[in-house]
Amino acid sequence: MLTEILFYAFAAVLVGAALGVITSRNPVHSVLFLVLCFFNSAVLWLLIEAEFLAIVLVLVYVGAVMVLFLFVVMMLDINIEKLREGFTRYAPLGAVIALIVVIELYYVLWVKRLGLDVSGGTAPLPSGYSNTEAVGKVLYTDYVYPFQLAAVVLLIAIVAAIALTLRSRPGLRTQNVSRQVAVRRADRVRLVKIDPEQES
Amino acid sequence: MITLSHYLMLAGLLFAIAVAGIFLNRKNVIVLLMCIELMLLAVNFNFVAFSRFMGNLDGQIFVFFILTVAAAEAAIGLAILVVLFRQRRSINVEELDAMKG
Repeated sequence: MLTEILFYAFAAVLVGAALGVITSRNPVHSVLFLVLCFFNSAVLWLLIEAEFLAIVLVLVYVGAVMVLFLFVVMMLDINIEKLREGFTRYAPLGAVIALIVVIELYYVLWVKRLGLDVSGGTAPLPSGYSNTEAVGKVLYTDYVYPFQLAAVVLLIAIVAAIALTLRSRPGLRTQNVSRQVAVRRADRVRLVKIDPEQES
Repeated sequence: MITLSHYLMLAGLLFAIAVAGIFLNRKNVIVLLMCIELMLLAVNFNFVAFSRFMGNLDGQIFVFFILTVAAAEAAIGLAILVVLFRQRRSINVEELDAMKG
C-alpha cells in the first residue's frame, strides 16, 4: 500500500515538473523544474530497486549536467520575450501531437499487449542482494568493451567541448610550449669566473 | 500493486510531454535541449522498468550507457550554444539561417 502511495505521489510531481519544464516563462525555472524531474525519477527508480542508477542519476545528472545547463542559461543574456513569440500559436499543435503520442503508446500497451504480461508485480529479490554489485558484475564482464567505449565517448566530449569554446584573445600572455621544450642549457646558464676576494 | 504497465504509462506520458515541449518552445534552443533530456529520461524509465520486472540486468547497463552519451551530448550541445551566442548574440532558432536551410 505504501508503495502505491509513494509511486502515485512522486509520479504526480514528476508529471507536474515536466509540464513546468515546457511551459515556464524563464529558462532558469525550466532548468530547476528539470532538476525536480530527475529527483523524482531517482525516487521512482529506487522504488523498483534500481539503486545504483538512481544514485547515478542524482550525482551525474543533477550534480553535473543540470549545473552545466544552469551555468549556460545564466551566462547567456537572452531576450526571453522574443523567444516566447508564437508560444500560444503552437500550443494546440503541441497538445495534439502529444495526445497522438500518448494514444499510440497506450494502444501498444493495452491492445497489443506486447506479447508479455505487464500486470505482474516485481519478483522479490533474495536477501543480501546488492544492485550495485550485480550491475558491476555484468558491466565489467559482458559489457567491458562497451564500457571502455563509453569512456572514449566522454574523452571525445571533453576534447570537443574545450576545442569549441577555446578562443585566443589578442594580447594574452601564454606559455609557448615548444620554445620551453626546445630550450638548452647554454641558452640560460652562464658560468662566470670570479676571482676569490683577496684579503688586503 | 505497482506493475510494469504503471511505469510504462508514466514513461509514455513523460515522452509525450517532451514532444509537446519541442513544439511549444521551438525558438529557444536551451529549452529544446532540455526537452531532449526529458525524452531520454522517459526512455531510461522504460529500460529500468523492463529490466526490473523481467529480472534481467542488461536494461540497467543500457541506461548507464544512455546516461554517458546524454552527458556527452549535453556538454557538446551547450558548448555549441555558447559559441553560437558569442557569434550571433542570439539563440533564436529562426535567426539561425546562415546555411539557408
